[in-house]
Amino acid sequence: MACPYQMGFQDATSPIMEELLNFHDHTLMIVFLISSMVLYLISLMLATKLTHTNTMDAQEVETVWTILPAVILILIALPSLRILYMMDEINDPSLTVKALGHQWYWSYEYTDYEELDFDSYMIPTTDLNPGELRLLEVDNRVVLPMEVPIRMLISSEDVLHSWAIPSMGLKADAIPGRLNQMTITSSRPGLFYGQCSEICGSNHSFMPIVIEMVPLEVFEDWTLSVT
Amino acid sequence: MLGVEAQKPPKGKWTTAPFDPRFPNQNQTRNCYQNFLDYHRCVKAMNRRGKSAQPCEYYFREYRSLCPISWVQRWNQQIQDGTFAGKI
Repeated sequence: MACPYQMGFQDATSPIMEELLNFHDHTLMIVFLISSMVLYLISLMLATKLTHTNTMDAQEVETVWTILPAVILILIALPSLRILYMMDEINDPSLTVKALGHQWYWSYEYTDYEELDFDSYMIPTTDLNPGELRLLEVDNRVVLPMEVPIRMLISSEDVLHSWAIPSMGLKADAIPGRLNQMTITSSRPGLFYGQCSEICGSNHSFMPIVIEMVPLEVFEDWTLSVT
Repeated sequence: MLGVEAQKPPKGKWTTAPFDPRFPNQNQTRNCYQNFLDYHRCVKAMNRRGKSAQPCEYYFREYRSLCPISWVQRWNQQIQDGTFAGKI
């Protein structure tokens, strides 16, 4: 989950998020290099007494500073498109879970076999146990099997919400009357937190999402225990 | 209407709704609705011919997996009231 004074992304939990982290590092390095170069050139120009006010032709340098940015943009665009298409790959999910936004909680439905559905409310700050995270813990977590593609269908029962898990690189709007599909694959077990990401009223900041990724046997035991 | 209990398949036969190439994109609303319609049309056609509605079980499980429970309840209520907008 997010830590105080955190500067970067959370650790990746899904393969797509790992790709996004690498892409972000690559692009941010390019941005830093360009910004440093521009800053250096500006400071050079401010610190000199030499002037040259009648430049007319500069074909060579103009060609260079047109081609080079185009090449840099291509170097950014190609990995970006690769990841974009990777996100859209067809995979065969093993489980379908629906997340429905309400004002102001999430409800989850597992209807592949039995009808299992429950609500997930934030635990108020006054009811937290020591060590629990303020504004992030919920009473009923979404328990899911790890290392397996899971189809998430996101919708809403009233206003717009958005279901987001930053460490998996997931976010989809919850729109009433529409089912948005996402695929979750987690590389590791653990607890992963997210928060509602579309303004939805007074308690928009107080309807978090907690995913508990567990091995398949533990998931099966959990489904037996709650139905 | 076939109940959930009657639809329990042998273990390992049904995991979840498979990828449907008719609905390849993010918006799966139509996928859910189409399977709901197809199930009811299948049951109606089978009943009209006096055959068992067993083959319709596939559509039933598909829409059960994909559609939110509240949508299914609302549509079933509309069918009972005769106000369902879809063509069955």
